[in-house]
Amino acid sequence: MNMRLLAGGCALAALTLTGLSATADPADDTLVVNGEINMITHTEKAPDYIEGLSEQYSGWHFREDDTRVMQADDFDNPGMLGVEAAMGVWDTADGTEGKACASCHEGAESMAGVRAVMPKFNEEKGEMYTMEMYINQCRTERMGAEAWDWDSADMVNMTALISSVSRGMPMNVAIDGPAAPYWEQGKEMYYTRYGQLELSCSNCHEDNYGNYIRADHLSQGQINGFPVYRLKDAKLSSIHNRFKGCIRDTRAETFKPGSPEFIALELYVASRGNGLSVEGPSVRN
Amino acid sequence: MAKDVKPRVKVPSSAAAGEVVTIKTLISHPMESGQRKDSDGNLIPRSIINRFTCDFNGQNVVDVTLEPAISTNPYIEFSAKVDATGEFKFTWYDDDGSVYEDTKPIEVA
Repeated sequence: MNMRLLAGGCALAALTLTGLSATADPADDTLVVNGEINMITHTEKAPDYIEGLSEQYSGWHFREDDTRVMQADDFDNPGMLGVEAAMGVWDTADGTEGKACASCHEGAESMAGVRAVMPKFNEEKGEMYTMEMYINQCRTERMGAEAWDWDSADMVNMTALISSVSRGMPMNVAIDGPAAPYWEQGKEMYYTRYGQLELSCSNCHEDNYGNYIRADHLSQGQINGFPVYRLKDAKLSSIHNRFKGCIRDTRAETFKPGSPEFIALELYVASRGNGLSVEGPSVRN
Repeated sequence: MAKDVKPRVKVPSSAAAGEVVTIKTLISHPMESGQRKDSDGNLIPRSIINRFTCDFNGQNVVDVTLEPAISTNPYIEFSAKVDATGEFKFTWYDDDGSVYEDTKPIEVA
């Protein structure tokens, strides 16, 4: 079942044919990557702290058949090119200390589970840390290397590599304790209307997921698949880059990637996906 | 000259005699079209993979001409009928004269 509804008339016809109640339903499909990693892309019940969703769907369900298939095999997933590039960087020494990632962490597989709990409160630094910030902390403090720009290819590729070894594990970010104020701030942002179009995140991703936005289906805005390989850009895209694009589309002045606002929003949006599998690098439109 | 060009191919390791197998190939390459301009307004020179061939035991399977409109990291999938044990040879030709090659053996039981 993969219905596309063009207008009200079609909707009515489709409803009669299939007996389904929703408008444009998420594709009824399951994702198994490389024939071995079983992905949780749908949950029957969203966590209680999410007010506006009864069940969770990964953005994967809202994509075309061929885009979904692309993500099921690493050879076909163009995002894996970024992962491969990062594997080279992982083993290459950089900075004044002459260390590579591998010097302390051995294989990248040692990062399994990391993506599932990001962003996370960094006790030592006393603030919320995203994966990008942990990577740069390693680079500047342990390796004596220069920090990477948030959206540089090296950074996005490295986040893709670290995500890839957690694929299949359920997202499980902590929202209590020291994370609570960040989570509240992120939630506040999620429901705040921005820009000349006066749209909040929830207007699209909660009220209208599955419906068309121009020629594309809105997802629930989950970030378990990041970084995503976007076919329209032919490259991997970071979480904050995507936030920036969304806010720009409301015709607002956006926050910067790496800004405190986006870090708080990342925590809140990540928590809305708690329970869905880590998919990064995923393939999207 | 294009940097970080790396060919990849996926071929089943074995097949039955006369079986039609699916072959997937991908080469990481920017495929610069020659139509784009840099931030100073200068034309970025064309740099693409312009030809791809596949041979099996010396016999040609496909010979593809690639054009500038083909996107980054060209992915080519095709099928080939395999009659005997042998080796697939893949060749990509770059505008800059570079030739990238890869080979994959296949066993017919």
